[in-house]
Amino acid sequence: MDDKTRLDLYRVMVLSRTYEEAILREYHADKKPAFDIGGGLVPGEMHLSAGQEPVAAGVCAHLSRDDAVTATHRPHHIAIAHGVDLDKMTAEIFGREGGLGHGRGGHMHLFDPAVHFSCSGIICEGLPPALGQAFAFQRRGTGAVAVAFTGEGAANQGAFHESLNLAALWKLPVVFVVEDNDWAISVPRNASTAIASNADRAAAYGIPGQRIEDNDVEAVYTAAGDAVTRARAGDGPTLLEVHTLRMWGHFEGDPQAYRPDLAQVPGRDPIPAYEARLTEAGVLDAAAVSAIRAEAAARVEQAIEFAKSSPVPAPETARDYVFA
Amino acid sequence: MSVTDSAAKPASAPAGRRLTTARAIAEGIAQEMERDPGVVVLGEDIGKYGGIFGATTGLLDHFGPDRVLDTPISETAFIGLGVGAAVEGMRPVVELMFADFFGVAMDQIYNHMAKIHFESGGNVRVPMVLMMAAGGGYSDAEQHSQCLWGTFAHLPGMKVVVPSNPADAKGLMISAIRDDNPVIYVFHKGVMGLPWMAKNPRSVGPVPAEPYETPIGKAAVAREGKDATVVTVSLSVHHALDVARQMSAEHGVELEVIDLRSLVPLDREAVLSSVAKTGHLLIVDEDYQSFGMSGEIAATVAETDPGMLRAPVRRVAVPDVPIPYARVLERAVLPVPDRILKAARELVGV
Repeated sequence: MDDKTRLDLYRVMVLSRTYEEAILREYHADKKPAFDIGGGLVPGEMHLSAGQEPVAAGVCAHLSRDDAVTATHRPHHIAIAHGVDLDKMTAEIFGREGGLGHGRGGHMHLFDPAVHFSCSGIICEGLPPALGQAFAFQRRGTGAVAVAFTGEGAANQGAFHESLNLAALWKLPVVFVVEDNDWAISVPRNASTAIASNADRAAAYGIPGQRIEDNDVEAVYTAAGDAVTRARAGDGPTLLEVHTLRMWGHFEGDPQAYRPDLAQVPGRDPIPAYEARLTEAGVLDAAAVSAIRAEAAARVEQAIEFAKSSPVPAPETARDYVFA
Repeated sequence: MSVTDSAAKPASAPAGRRLTTARAIAEGIAQEMERDPGVVVLGEDIGKYGGIFGATTGLLDHFGPDRVLDTPISETAFIGLGVGAAVEGMRPVVELMFADFFGVAMDQIYNHMAKIHFESGGNVRVPMVLMMAAGGGYSDAEQHSQCLWGTFAHLPGMKVVVPSNPADAKGLMISAIRDDNPVIYVFHKGVMGLPWMAKNPRSVGPVPAEPYETPIGKAAVAREGKDATVVTVSLSVHHALDVARQMSAEHGVELEVIDLRSLVPLDREAVLSSVAKTGHLLIVDEDYQSFGMSGEIAATVAETDPGMLRAPVRRVAVPDVPIPYARVLERAVLPVPDRILKAARELVGV
């Protein structure tokens, strides 16, 4: 892997983490002293993706703006890696008129048609629409692909199996990516899933499946490259599962009392680990790290400013957009 | 005969050309497929079989397997596939075999198909048709006889079309495919003209050969009358027309029959102007009675001007029980002509 690719992966991961830290700050800023989920500048449920950056960065590095991505209720890292408009996305999370959905959707319902991006708050239900996007690309012969992200808890949904079967049957240009963060809210994967690797489920549909351990961005990059190439060539779907890490709660406000591994979480943070690896390889140095972090912080703060300066939607427009 | 043979004929094709509702729907789809390469048809048994209720007869032969695709029995996957294809600008026509089956795929329908345009602030459109068979009367029991159009109409973001006759069925299908919104297209089995089911005589009727749109959201006055208004849809339109003829002959009472043709958008004006004239309102609905179409029509009048009513509103609908199997029990709960006749007589006091 060349140095530029490695630096790009690192840069995307840093931007994503910087973003989540800023949203975390803004989300909690005016929810003190008593936490009120519906209060503050950023109301509602908030599912942040710290720790899962390697999955999004490694997969989306292979995609262009013409490729489709469907993400989950925890979508920010994937949106950032795929190049969703950061200003409009942030304004949407703040519920502003300048947001991707003019404040109608919020953080679980982000749609950026310029890069064929969408997400859904319903577990596993982003997979079937990704099939349809892939179907349209296949019919048009554009070579574009669709990538559907979901979590390990979602692999026990009917939609997961229906989608894998249909995609395999029709050789749709799809890549399924399971983010295994060990936890389906509070239920550990060994209490929900009968097998050790969801990638094994690919065999049931006659497609390749691969599990990537250790939240390793470069391993994700390599596996996703093969999967995307296969899809573009018309050879059908691939199932990838990445063992990743949910560093924070399922949603903000989740006390995580069910979780025995909290003490080990900081030591498993993928960003310092990749930083050390790139530094050791001579790709990064302290100055470059500072520059990349500063660049990310500036970009994120610009997006937050954009969001805050965007007007709130007018109440009399609440009934707009039901129909085209 | 190819389904598009008729499309090739001039608009002045033989007057009185008659088709079943099923053939009329298939013809409407075929003509849109000719016009727009983005129209594809997906569903269970819609290929070689031609649709269990005949709505896709001949399409596979004419357009081939790239555009007419039999799917696995995976409603979530193929309805969701339709959603994604529509998001990318195609115009899929997806068949859910029975309306009763929505339960296995409702998330794609009401959380995705219906909401994406709203959630995206109008930036993403979902121009998709989801068609399905509805209705009872042939002892198919609880899980294969429901209408359920009121359930779809209750949830925002979907147009809901319910044709009653062949000509409307074709025009409404063409309008549905051309519409930039998701459209639920519900055909009652009893109006399709199926060879394997006792059919209403009006399930075969004249259908213009050329493509045409029947506007979605515009009711039709199926019969003019001055004494009472019957508001209804689909197969019940025909029952209401039969009852109206009998009332006229036996009592000299003239019922006006309003065929709503769509629940969303709802042509409230058509209801109000008719009730303003007759002062009497009977609503007939083969869907469940409570929290549905019949209540919505009554509320429309009550909210606008209850003073126009010279008698309390009457409703004939399924009385909030599942559809039973035994024929006598099923007839007891469906809005059969006898029940409509009794309610109409009571309404006008004859």
